[in-house]
Amino acid sequence: MTAAEKAKAPPIDVPRDGPELTGAELQRRLARTWDSPPGLIGWLSSVDHKDVGRRYIVTALLFLALAGALAIVMRLQLARPGNDMVGAARYNEIFTMHGTTMMFLFAVPVMQGMQIYLTPLMVGTRSTAFPRLNAFSYWTYLAGGCLLWVAFILNIGPDVGWFAYPPLSGPQYGIGKRADIWAQMVTFTEIAALAAAVSLVATILKQRAPGMTLARMPLFVWATLVTSLMVIFSMPSVALASGMLLSDRLVGTQFYNPVERGDALLWQHLFWFFGHPEVYIIFLPATGFISEIVATFARRSVVHYPIVVLSLVATGILAFGLWVHHMFATGLPRVGYSFYTAASIAVSVPTGLQIFCWIATLWEGRPRLEVPLLYVIGFIFTFVIGGLTGVMIAAVPLDLQLHDTYFIVAHFHYVLIGGAVFPLLGAITYWFPKLTGRMMSEGLGKVGFWMIFLGFQLAFFPMHIAGLNGMPRRVYTYPAGMGLELPNMLSSIGSLVVALAVLLFVVNMVKSVLVGKKADPNPWNAPTLEWATACPPPRYNFAHIPMIDSRTPLWDQGKRMPVVHGLRVEDRELLLTSVLAAEPDVREPSAEPSLWPFIATLAVTVMFVCSIFSPWAVLFGAVPVTIALIAWFWPKSPVPDPEPTIS
Amino acid sequence: MTGRPSFVEDVSKLPTHAFSYRSLTWWGIIGFMVIEGSAFVLTIAAYFFLMSHEKQWAPPPWEPPNPVAGTLFTAVMLLSEIPNSMIKKAAEAYDVAAVRRLLPWIVAIGVLLFVLRGFEFNSLNVKWYDNAYGSIIWALLLLHTTHIATDWVDSAVLWRLMRTPHGEEPRRLVDTDENALYWRFVWLSWLPIYFLIYWVPRMFR
Repeated sequence: MTAAEKAKAPPIDVPRDGPELTGAELQRRLARTWDSPPGLIGWLSSVDHKDVGRRYIVTALLFLALAGALAIVMRLQLARPGNDMVGAARYNEIFTMHGTTMMFLFAVPVMQGMQIYLTPLMVGTRSTAFPRLNAFSYWTYLAGGCLLWVAFILNIGPDVGWFAYPPLSGPQYGIGKRADIWAQMVTFTEIAALAAAVSLVATILKQRAPGMTLARMPLFVWATLVTSLMVIFSMPSVALASGMLLSDRLVGTQFYNPVERGDALLWQHLFWFFGHPEVYIIFLPATGFISEIVATFARRSVVHYPIVVLSLVATGILAFGLWVHHMFATGLPRVGYSFYTAASIAVSVPTGLQIFCWIATLWEGRPRLEVPLLYVIGFIFTFVIGGLTGVMIAAVPLDLQLHDTYFIVAHFHYVLIGGAVFPLLGAITYWFPKLTGRMMSEGLGKVGFWMIFLGFQLAFFPMHIAGLNGMPRRVYTYPAGMGLELPNMLSSIGSLVVALAVLLFVVNMVKSVLVGKKADPNPWNAPTLEWATACPPPRYNFAHIPMIDSRTPLWDQGKRMPVVHGLRVEDRELLLTSVLAAEPDVREPSAEPSLWPFIATLAVTVMFVCSIFSPWAVLFGAVPVTIALIAWFWPKSPVPDPEPTIS
Repeated sequence: MTGRPSFVEDVSKLPTHAFSYRSLTWWGIIGFMVIEGSAFVLTIAAYFFLMSHEKQWAPPPWEPPNPVAGTLFTAVMLLSEIPNSMIKKAAEAYDVAAVRRLLPWIVAIGVLLFVLRGFEFNSLNVKWYDNAYGSIIWALLLLHTTHIATDWVDSAVLWRLMRTPHGEEPRRLVDTDENALYWRFVWLSWLPIYFLIYWVPRMFR
């Protein structure tokens, strides 16, 4: 049969889901088709988005613990003036590792982990668009994290701050390999984030359940779409900047060297063109968590859905016009000051609109004050404070006074912990049954919430005062008698309370996994599709692909769930739908498990790590990478199957 | 799944492949084109940022690059769109024989482009370590060369694959179609870079 004849051939007669094949027999067969191979090789070969998402989340939480431990060391050092527990050089390493780990190895990856786990379930499909790319993304992220932390343990960790400004990080001052390790870690994590983002965008646009038009997408999926597009447009900037930094250090290019016609400010532009959107890459998924939690616990859909969606999109666009407010102190043309002040204030408008929509939803609904909703309320309180200090420092005269002081440290911790970590903890509590099959303890959860909420305010509010009193950030100690003793002592006590609260959260997680109450498919009576399948979901997610006609399908469906049928059961197959209207369009195969993404990551790791030491490693290291990628894509059977598969 | 299923629509008759924006492959390719395009745009922004500090560009005493090799490269690149379009059309018409016949041309053109690119690196009249002007010129050229290399490997592997029984699969023709789309991105992105490397340093002397 020619290709043209094959293209028009009717479907072959193989087992497909439908009225004749449903229930336990279908589930048994689908489980066999979508299962990962056993053993270590099988574990390394898994391309299941739930495995990848879970691994991302657990790894990111481990990095949170490591970076949190460093934060405690810093707070113990700063508890008293003139303290000598940690020396200046080690302190530089510690704050660099803390910031770098939190931003690159915890905040972005944990959000992407949640997105990778939840998105296919929320849009009603069986896998992500590019499952092997997804697996590659995780392994690459893990390799980047290991590079950074192994270097730190070997006492060659970076010490140039999480944004690594040249000339401090350049060849003249950044001696040794510390800055190179930082820059190459960036390359790893950016590749990982970009790979995951491409897969998520394609999944959202092409694999939504029939009937899930763009206007019916869950708000978390909207947040994921906007965030992933932001990753795609912003992360090349830091990858380029760190590539230029590496080449300045390794082969003598002059990008950031003002003596040879370069400019250190080029770094700041490229870094913050990524760095400011990154804040929203962390924050927007959190708004997605909040929208889902608010709807479920207010027992009604979010008020003014179009405004929330437009706010997400507007924030995503405005986020690219703000980066220069990180550079006010470098000196700018007056029109630059005015423009970026206006843009920085403007971005608070869509976020404010979202907050009003959530408050209105709670007002109109019948709220249940359970742990996930407590975290939402904690978010609103804390994030509004952080947002307001953000509006304050968007004004140039004030920013010039407060730049590089503890006021800024207070501001961005209010925004990032209040704006992202509180919603994340709420989200973990909310989706814990979907991740593990068990509920978290409500009692321990409430104690933990109040400890972290109050401990956070105690730790970070006094930093505003310390900053206003003139305490610069990134100093390993300070003299007595400047009004800094009390705010620093309070911050240190608060940080210990936060640490205890996080420990309690972990204890709650472990206890709940072991002996927590077993969860029904929809324990919270939530409206979205991920709750239409078991807790935890089977490998194939859904026995039949659901069909929806509202934004809250589980509240509106009645007793029977409308589904489409006819997908192959013995091979991995997905239903693709049209981009806007989500009408059934194509059946496409989905990738089977493969070890090659892991092997490709090993090859990439060897290339990247060796290229810290020699530029030739890029050339020679590319050969095994290319071989691994070809093997990844090359069909494993000599002749094609009757209907397409990805072996 | 909660509740018993109510079977509404049979999707078994849907095709198992589709061209363009109906396929996942297309979205993957577009995603990576946007990423790489963003990297090009940002490198170009860095170029203008560095240029804005100078009174003359190329800064004296460095001479602007010699445009002969680059212009020849550009001409071959533009002409390569002829076989590229033919491959794309053949793929969309399920004409496997034509695809098998034409793909080696693209691979051979890739080899010719590598040779010309070697001459280009030799005609820049500045080294990457001389100053930031040299660094950014080399960066643009190197960044684009990685795209020539990746598409060359991609085309060579595809050529080999299309000669196996898998070449008769409609999905492989979708791959061929998207490979041709990517080549368009590679030559289209070259045009502004060619202008920036060879002509802007002449215009602002």
